[in-house]
Amino acid sequence: MMKGILAGIMAIWATTSVAEDMRMAVTTSFDSSGLAEVLLPAIKEDLDIDLQLLVVGTGQALRLGEAGDVDAVLVHSRPAEEAFVAAGHGTHRREIMYNDFVLIGPASDPADIANAASAADALQRIAAAEAPFVSRGDDSGTHKAELGVWATAGLDAAGFDGWYRPVGAGMGQALNTAAGMDAYILSDRASWLNFANKADLALLYSGDPVLFNQYAYLPVDPSKNANVRNDLAMALETWLVSPRAAALINDYTINGETLFVFNAKAE
Amino acid sequence: MVDILDGLIAAFWLVVTFDAELWEISLRSLRVTLTALVIASAIAIPLGTFLAVQRFRYRRFVISMINALMGLPPVVVGLVVYILLSRSGPFGVLNLLFTPTAMIIAQVIIITPVIASIAHQSMRELWAEYHDLLISLNTSKRQRIMTLIWDGRRNLLTAALAGFGRAIGEVGAIMIVGGNIDNVTRVLTTAIALETGKGDFALALGLGFVLIGLAIFVNLAIHTLSQTEREGRW
Repeated sequence: MMKGILAGIMAIWATTSVAEDMRMAVTTSFDSSGLAEVLLPAIKEDLDIDLQLLVVGTGQALRLGEAGDVDAVLVHSRPAEEAFVAAGHGTHRREIMYNDFVLIGPASDPADIANAASAADALQRIAAAEAPFVSRGDDSGTHKAELGVWATAGLDAAGFDGWYRPVGAGMGQALNTAAGMDAYILSDRASWLNFANKADLALLYSGDPVLFNQYAYLPVDPSKNANVRNDLAMALETWLVSPRAAALINDYTINGETLFVFNAKAE
Repeated sequence: MVDILDGLIAAFWLVVTFDAELWEISLRSLRVTLTALVIASAIAIPLGTFLAVQRFRYRRFVISMINALMGLPPVVVGLVVYILLSRSGPFGVLNLLFTPTAMIIAQVIIITPVIASIAHQSMRELWAEYHDLLISLNTSKRQRIMTLIWDGRRNLLTAALAGFGRAIGEVGAIMIVGGNIDNVTRVLTTAIALETGKGDFALALGLGFVLIGLAIFVNLAIHTLSQTEREGRW
């Protein structure tokens, strides 16, 4: 009996292979957009790097970088990124691409945000109607952006009652929750387009410049520990700002809609 | 309800088309959990038996502790293992974080108390039966433990399978220490969490049914290999 079980375990263990492994923490929105599936094979082909993605919120991604557990991070929250570099956790910050945030809500639109004049106006309408609003509440880049828009609307999210619901979850989970309770939610455009469980939700408002969403690449400071692969992180940065990456990023569409716009500047 | 039906259909197609990715993550699930199971059993079964045979001062306390640890929250285990294995943590030099090994470590911690506790329970009853015989034969402590383990192997198998069940369906700890990296540490449970996040309930459920099927398969296979429930054999 033991022999059979052991033989089974040996058979299961018999597969492993490696090129150069590099780890990068990325935001949930980057992964759920589906762009990773386009970029990863190209990176493997051009650089022979097996890029391993840790898909977490921006807050946790920067935390992983701070501990030196990843070689680079790709996130979208400028103030947090600048603090990360200032604290010496990252060598520098390089802007790669952008997309935008959109306001999603029930198709019936009880707060009438589709006719709002600005993002701030849309949020004021939601607050006035006390319509259910799902917040990421997980210290992610999207969460920080949402709090920023509330601030421009002159409102403080901390003071809201029961209609404002921070769920402390990733983009997809939060969208699932919003779909379940017919609530409004701020999402990045890519995650929304790739989201399969839309239920009664619809894209109601977009286009305000405050909803601009910049993604930046930050290599982790190699002096943290000997295992941080700064050489690979630098090679990847060179690739990410190359015309090849630009073409892949700009040409990535879902249902004919462009998701990301490449905007890295040559140095 | 439609979603559940879609899930069954998705599971069916994933299995009949031998989907390469499904195959890979299923094998990885098995690899991680079975390895954790073997290590945990090697610790827990002698420990549980020892606790049944040996009398010592803090025995009751140790047994209560092990019973209590059965309810260890996986997320907390994951977080502690993460902090220990992080490159900035005490075992950072081993560079084990975000590898299958880290997932195995977390699962061993989660299931060892489960197996030890159930093993101890059944060994205690067996020891009550064997006590006089083994004492009168003047056996050594080691011989008593070995005899109990051998004669109680069917019960111990149940203990091990309980541990397997807890480990194969676990997601909280391995998500943190494994990171759900595609092709490296993605297993069935973390893939289910991922697909749920993408709102693809049919695929998530499909993977869930595959996971249930896998658990049934492993249990049947172990019972067949160990020839339980056979006429004329105990």
